[in-house]
Amino acid sequence: MLNYTIRRLLLAIPTLIAISLIIFLLLDLAPSDPTANLPLTIPPEVREKIRQSLGIGDPIYIRYLLWCKQFFVNEPLNILEQVFGWDFGGDRLRVLSWQTRSPVVDLIVQRMPQTLWVVGMSYIVGVLIAVPIGIYSAYKQYSWFDQAGTFVSMVGFSVPTFFTGVLMIVIFSVWLGWFPSIYDTTHVVTDWQSFVFQVRQMAMPVFVLALFNAAQISRFMRASMLDNLNLDYVRTARAKGMKERTVLLVHVLRNSLIPVVTVIALGVPQVFGGAIITEQVFKVNGLGQLLIIAIQGGDLPTVQTLTFIFAVLIILFNLIADVLYGILDPRIRYD
Amino acid sequence: MTDTVPDSLAAARPPQSQWRNVWDQYKTHRGALWGMGFFLFVVLAVLLGPYLWTIDAQYIDIRARNQGPSLSHPFGTDQLGRDTLARMLSGGRVSMFVGMTAMLLALLLGTLVGVVAGYFKRLDGPLMRLTDLFLALPLLPLLLVIIMLFRDTLRSAFGPETGIFILIVFVIGITSWMQTARIVRGDVLALKEREFVIASRSIGTPSRRMISRHILPNVLSPITVSATLGIANAIITESALSFLGLGFPSDFPTWGRLLFDSTDYLQQYPERVLWPGLAISLTVLSVNYIGDGLRDALDPRIRGR
Repeated sequence: MLNYTIRRLLLAIPTLIAISLIIFLLLDLAPSDPTANLPLTIPPEVREKIRQSLGIGDPIYIRYLLWCKQFFVNEPLNILEQVFGWDFGGDRLRVLSWQTRSPVVDLIVQRMPQTLWVVGMSYIVGVLIAVPIGIYSAYKQYSWFDQAGTFVSMVGFSVPTFFTGVLMIVIFSVWLGWFPSIYDTTHVVTDWQSFVFQVRQMAMPVFVLALFNAAQISRFMRASMLDNLNLDYVRTARAKGMKERTVLLVHVLRNSLIPVVTVIALGVPQVFGGAIITEQVFKVNGLGQLLIIAIQGGDLPTVQTLTFIFAVLIILFNLIADVLYGILDPRIRYD
Repeated sequence: MTDTVPDSLAAARPPQSQWRNVWDQYKTHRGALWGMGFFLFVVLAVLLGPYLWTIDAQYIDIRARNQGPSLSHPFGTDQLGRDTLARMLSGGRVSMFVGMTAMLLALLLGTLVGVVAGYFKRLDGPLMRLTDLFLALPLLPLLLVIIMLFRDTLRSAFGPETGIFILIVFVIGITSWMQTARIVRGDVLALKEREFVIASRSIGTPSRRMISRHILPNVLSPITVSATLGIANAIITESALSFLGLGFPSDFPTWGRLLFDSTDYLQQYPERVLWPGLAISLTVLSVNYIGDGLRDALDPRIRGR
C-alpha cells in the first residue's frame, strides 16, 4: 500500500507540471493587458515601464520557470516561516496580485475561512442527509419513499444551484424575511445572538449546496446498497438469526460505504469549483468570488494561483480516493 | 432444461425488431415518457414559437415596462418593456442550440478518442493520459478564464453574437468529452475480444471498415446515453456562464442570461426569475429522465426482464 501511494505521488508530479504549464500558457498567450484599466493619461513610455516592472517583457520560458520557482519554492517557505516562526533568511519574491499589490497567498488565506465554512458545512450536511436516504430507499426498493427519493435527487441535480439559490432568496428573504439574502463576512461570533445570526446567514447557501451534493451521493449510496443486499453473506447473516438492524447497519452498510467514501472524496474538489456560483448568488466573499473578481480585473497571478490550487485539490483528492479504496477494501491490491 | 425456457418464451411472443423492443422497454419508464414529451414540446416551442408569437424580442416599448402578466404580455415585460415570452422563446432557441451543438462536439471528440484509444493499442496510453489530464483540470474556473480572455478577440473576428456562440460551444465541447471517451474505450476494448470481430479480422477487414461496420454500431447505446447527459450538462454550463455574466450579451439573451438579468430586480419583481429558471430546470430534468429511460431501454440485460 505504501509502495502504491508513493508511486501514485510520483505519477502526480508530471500531471501537475503539465497542468501548471497549461494554465500558465493559456493565460500568458491570451490578449489581456494588466495596464488596460489604468488611466489613459499615463504616457506610453511610463506604461511600458509599468509592464516591465510586472515582468511581462521577458521570454516565455523564463517567466514560466520564475513562476514555478515562486510557486513551488518561495511560497511554501513563506508559509513555513509564518506558521513555525522559523527564519530561512534571504529576500524572496512573492506572487503578487496585480490588483491589490499584496501577496496572493495572503489573499487566499483571508478568503479561505468563508469558503471552508459554507462549502465544507454544506458538504457534511449533504453527506449526512444522503447516506440515510440512500440506505432506506435501497432497503425498501420501489416503495413510495424510494420513488420520492429518486424524484427528489433527480430534481436535485437537474436544477442548477443558481436557480435554487435565487428561488430560496425569493421565498425566504423577500417574501418571508426569515434569512438575510447577503452573507455578511465581517460578522464575528461573540455571543449567542451573533451565533444565531451566523447560523441564519449560513442556512440558505448551505442548504442549496447540500441539496445538490445529497442528490448525487444518495444515488450512489442506494446503488451500492442494492449491489450488496442480494449477496450471499447477507443471507448467511440472516440465517444465523441476526437482527435485521444488525444485518443492515453493520454488515451491508460497511461494505456499501466503500465505493461511496471514494465518491465523497472525489467530490470534494468539484464542490470547491461549483461553489463559485453559490458564492456569487449569496455574495459570500470566498475563494470563488476572489477568482471572479480577479478574472474580471485581468489579474493574472491571482487567477493562475487559484486555478492551480483547484487543480492540486483535484489531483490530491483523486489520490486520497484511490488510497482509501485500497485501505477500506482489503480485496483490492494494487501491487 | 436450458432449452425449454427460451422456447416457451419465443412461443409466447412473436419475434420483434430490436428497436421495437427498445421502444417497448422505454415506454415502461413513465418519467422518461414525460421527459420526452416535455423535451419535444420545448424544442417545438422554441422552433415554431417565434412564428406564432410574433412580438419582436428586441422591441423596446418603454411605456409598457415592468408589467405583470396580462393578455398582451402573458409573461409580463422587463425593465425596458420587452416582452418576456418572446425573449424566453428566442433565448430558448439559443440555449437549446448551444446545448445541442456543444453536445455534438463533445460526443464527436469523445467517440473519436475512445474508439482510437480502444482500438489501436499503441495510442491507448497517451490518449488515456490526456483524458486523465483533462479530468484533473478545474473546469469551471478554466471556462471562465478562457471566455474572459478570448471573448473580445472572437467578437471582433466574427461579430458579437457568432463570436461568443463559437467560443461557448467550443469551450463546453472541449471540456466535456472525457466521460464519453472513457466509456467508449471500455466498450471497444471488450468488443475487440469478441468472436465476430476476430472473425472479421481473420478475413482481412481493414481497420477503417472494421471500426465503421463492427465497432461503432455496437457502441451506439453508450454514446446515445451520454448524448442526452451531454445536452443537460451543456445547457447547465452555458446558463452558469451567462449567470456569472461571462456568457451571451444582454441583447442576445439565453435562459441563463435572462435569469441573471432578472436577479437585479429580485426585490421588486421576484416572479421574473421564475420563467427562465423553470425553463432551464425542467428542460434539464426532462433530458435527464430521457437518459435514464434510454439507459434501461438500451441495456439488453434489463430489457429482457
